[in-house]
Amino acid sequence: MSRLVEIRDLWIEGRSDETWSPIINGVSLSLDQGEVLGLIGESGAGKSTLGLAAMGFTRDGVRISKGAVEFDGIDLISASAAKKRELLGKRIAYVAQSAAASFNPAHKLIDQHTEGPVQHGVMSRAESVEDAIELYRRLRLPNPEEIGFRYPHQVSGGQLQRAMTAMAMSCRPDLIIFDEPTTALDVTTQIEVLASIRDIVDQFNTAAIYITHDLAVVAQMADKIKVLLKGDEVEEADTRTMLSQPKEDYTKSLWAVRAFERPQKPAVHTSATPVVSVQNVSAAYGKIPVLHDVSFDIHEGRTVAVVGESGSGKSTTARCITGLLPPTQGVIQFDGQSLPASYKQRNKDQLRQAQMIYQMADTALNPRKTIGEIIGRPVQFYMGLTGKQKRRRVEELLEEIELPAAEYLNRLPSELSGGQKQRIGIARALAAEPKFIICDEVTSALDQLVAEGILKLLARLQDDLKLSYMFITHDLATVKAIADEVVVMKEGEVVEQGPKREMFIPPHHPYTDLLLSSVPEMDPDWLTNLLDERGVDNIGDAAVDKMS
Amino acid sequence: MSTLLTLALLLVGIAASGWVLRFAGQKATGNAPTFRDMPFAVAFGYVLGACLLLFSVWYFFQPTVTEAGVPNAGVVFFRWAVQFFIIATIAAYLFRVLGRSVGTAWSKKLFRQMPLTASFGVLVVILYAFTAIFAGWLAPHGQEEIFTRVNVLPGGNAATGGDPLHPLGTDQIGRDLLSRLIYGAQNTVGIAFVTACLAFFLGGSLGFLAATLQGWLDQVLSRAVDVLMAIPSLIFALLLMTIASAWAGSERWLLTVYMIIIIAVIDSTRVFRLARAVGLNIVVMDYIEAAKLRGEGLSYLIFKEILPNATAPLLAEFGLRFCFVFLTIASLSFLGVGIQPPLADWGTMVRDSAQFINFAAFSPLTAALPLLAAGAIALLTVGVNFVVDWMLHRSSGLKE
Repeated sequence: MSRLVEIRDLWIEGRSDETWSPIINGVSLSLDQGEVLGLIGESGAGKSTLGLAAMGFTRDGVRISKGAVEFDGIDLISASAAKKRELLGKRIAYVAQSAAASFNPAHKLIDQHTEGPVQHGVMSRAESVEDAIELYRRLRLPNPEEIGFRYPHQVSGGQLQRAMTAMAMSCRPDLIIFDEPTTALDVTTQIEVLASIRDIVDQFNTAAIYITHDLAVVAQMADKIKVLLKGDEVEEADTRTMLSQPKEDYTKSLWAVRAFERPQKPAVHTSATPVVSVQNVSAAYGKIPVLHDVSFDIHEGRTVAVVGESGSGKSTTARCITGLLPPTQGVIQFDGQSLPASYKQRNKDQLRQAQMIYQMADTALNPRKTIGEIIGRPVQFYMGLTGKQKRRRVEELLEEIELPAAEYLNRLPSELSGGQKQRIGIARALAAEPKFIICDEVTSALDQLVAEGILKLLARLQDDLKLSYMFITHDLATVKAIADEVVVMKEGEVVEQGPKREMFIPPHHPYTDLLLSSVPEMDPDWLTNLLDERGVDNIGDAAVDKMS
Repeated sequence: MSTLLTLALLLVGIAASGWVLRFAGQKATGNAPTFRDMPFAVAFGYVLGACLLLFSVWYFFQPTVTEAGVPNAGVVFFRWAVQFFIIATIAAYLFRVLGRSVGTAWSKKLFRQMPLTASFGVLVVILYAFTAIFAGWLAPHGQEEIFTRVNVLPGGNAATGGDPLHPLGTDQIGRDLLSRLIYGAQNTVGIAFVTACLAFFLGGSLGFLAATLQGWLDQVLSRAVDVLMAIPSLIFALLLMTIASAWAGSERWLLTVYMIIIIAVIDSTRVFRLARAVGLNIVVMDYIEAAKLRGEGLSYLIFKEILPNATAPLLAEFGLRFCFVFLTIASLSFLGVGIQPPLADWGTMVRDSAQFINFAAFSPLTAALPLLAAGAIALLTVGVNFVVDWMLHRSSGLKE
C-alpha cells in the first residue's frame, strides 16, 4: 500500500467581521491507498473544512494559513488551477450531504454523471452511460438501465444519494470524500446506502474520508477514526482500538452518550383518564388519505414515542392533535373532553394546554425577535403578565432551561447555537404552562452530546412539572432513552404499540423488527453480520417494499 | 469599412496585449498564483480597462474649443461629468469620515462598515430632504416670481450670457431656475414620497393579508391586481388623470390629491405581488405555525411576525418604487397632467426646456438648461438605490 494523502500540520482560518479566526489548528493526517478514514466531531469541529482541504479546496472566506496538503506526491496548496482541475473529479471525488441540493434539478442524472468522465477524457459518452448503468447495478439501485434517465426529483432521497456515489465513482477516483452522506436519511434507507458505499469502495480499492457525527455509522465504514474538537485533533486510532479503548475524556464522553436511559415508569391505572387520547383518527391531505384509524393514549407524566420512517404519518398525527389538520374521522380528547377539530375553534385555554416543540429550531424561532420577546409573548398572551412581572417570568423560564438570563435576554436567535435555540423552543412551550407537549424530532438536527443534554432537560422538566410528551422520532436510541410507551407507525397506520420494555424484546411485528435491526450499533462487525444474516436484498427499503 | 477594420484591429491588439500581460506577469513574478491562474478573459479585461482609462485621460485634456472656434461639446460634457464624479467621491469620503468621528457609538459603527457608494447615497438623500424641507428658506426667489430677463444661461458669468443674480439662469418666461429647482425638490420629491408610502401601505398590507389567509380572498385580490397590471401603467394613469382633472375642476390642489391616489393604486399592484410572494415564503415557517397555534390574531401575525422578516425585500422595493413613482410624476408633469404650473416641478422643467438640448453642439451651456432638472432626478434615483443596495446587503448579512 502506498501513501495517497498526506496532510501535515494544517492551519485553516475563516474570515468573520474583518478578522481571521482559526477553524483548523495544526491537524495532520495520512491516508493509504484503499484506506477509509472516519472523521468525527460535533458541528463546528471543522470536519467538512478538513475534508475539503484534502482536495486542496477551501470555501469562500476561508484560507489555508500554514501546512501542507499532498495528494499522491502533488502539493495541492501550491498547485495551479489547471492542475487541480485535472485532479478533481477524476482522481479525487466528493459526495455531499444533501444529494437533493447538489444535483442540478434541470438535468437528467445520467447527463450529470457522464459530464465528468467525458470532460476528463476518461471515456466517451456512450462508454460512460454503459459504465453508469453498471455502477447503478452494483449500488443496487432499482431499474439500473432506466433510473439514470430520470430527473433528480423523480427518485427518492436514498436513491439519489447512491446515484451521487455512482457519479463520484464515474472516473474511478483514488480518493472520495463523503461528507455526511447518510445524515439526512431514514435508518432503513441509511443502511442500504452504507452497505452500497462500503461495497463499492472495497471493490475498487478506493481510499475515502468519511465525515459524520454518527459514531455507529463510522464504526461500520472506517479502518481508522480521527476525532476532532473545535479544530483540534483529539485522537486518532484504528477503529477497533478507538471503540474499545478510547484514550481521551472527550472521546469517552462521545462514546457514553448512548448510555443515557430513563427507567420505565410503572404502568398507569387502567381507569385513569389520559391527558390526550387519540381515538380512531383518520386524516387526508386533499383527497389523499394519510392516516388510517390511529388510536393511542398519553397519560400524565408519561412519554409516548411515535416512531416510523419519513412519510409514515407521525407528524400528520401531531398536526391532527394540534388542530392544524382537522381529521376526517375520529376525535382527539383532552382530559376526557373532546377538542374541536380545528385549532381555530379551540379556546385560548385549550390552545395553551397543548404546546409544540419543533425539529428545526432555525425556522421555529422568528429570526427578527429577541429571546426575551419570543419567550415573553406567550407569557403575556396567556398569563396576561406585562412589564416587570413578565420580565421576571421570562428570566425564570430561562433559568429553567439552564441559560443565564442576563446574557441571553436581548440576543437574536442567530446569535445562538443549535442546542441553545432548541432550548429556547422548549422555554417558549413552557411559558404557556401546558400539560402536554408535542416534541417533533427535537433532537434529530443536533449533535449527539447536545441532543443528550436536551433529552435530559426534557426528562427533568417532566418530573418537575408532570408534563406529558408525545415524542416524534425516527431515532430508536432516543426512544430507548426517554420513552415510556412506544407507538410504531407505517404508512399512516399504527403497526404496534406498547410499553417500551416490551418493544425492545422480541417477538416484534416484522416492521418493528426491521426498524430495530437497522439502527447501526457501535460494533464494527454489525453491518457485516447483518448482511450475512439477512442478505443484501433483505435490508432497508427493499425489505420494506417486500413487506407491503 | 475602415472604422470596422480599426475596431477589429484594436480588439485583436488588446487581446494580444492581454496575453502578453499574463505571460510577462508569470515570468516577472516567478509564476505567482495571481498570474498563473489568471483566466485569459481577466487579462483581457485588465488591458481593456487600462486602455479605456488612458483614452479618458487623453480625452479629458482635449481643448474645449476646436481650432475653427466651435465648442467641442463632447469634451465639455465629459469634463463636467468627470469633475462632478470627483467632487461627489470626495464629498462622500469626507461625509463618511465625518460620520465616523461624530455621533453615537451606533452611528459610528454604521459609518465604519459603510461602503463609499452608500455614504454618497446617504449624503444625497440627506441633502434632498434638507432642500425639500427648507425650500422656502433656501431659495433666493419665489417659485412663481417672474423676472425681466428670460433665457439667461447658467454660470452667472455675464460674458457667457449669464447673470450673477440668477446663478443657474432663468427659463423662457423669466423665472429663476435655481429657486425652481429647490422648490421642485419639495413638490416632486415630497409628493413622490407620500405616494410611495401610500402604495406600500396599500399593496403591502393587502399582499400579506392574501398570503396569510389564502383561499378565495387571495384569488380575488390577485386577479384584481392582474387586471390592473395588464393595462400599461402610464397610459392608465394618463386616462385616469384626464377623468380626475374633470372632477377636480378649478381646484388645483384636489388634482394633486387625485394624482397621488391614482399613482399609489397603480403602483401598489407591484408591491402587492412582492409582498404576497415574500409573505408566502414566510407563512410556511414554523414560528408562524407556533403563533397561529397560540391563538394570535391576524394583525399580530402580519405586523409582528411576518413584517419584520419581510423588511429587507420591501425596503429594496421601496427604493426602486420611489424612483419609479418619482419618474411617473415627472412623466405625467412632462405630458402636462401632473403637477400643475405655476408649481415648480422637475418633470415640467425638463419639458419646458427640452428643445435646448438641440443646441448642445454649438453652446454646451444652453444645453445644460434641461439637464439641470434631469440631473436632479437622476442624482436622487442613483442615491436612493445606493442606499437601498447597502441596506439589502446588510440585512442579508444578518441572516447568516
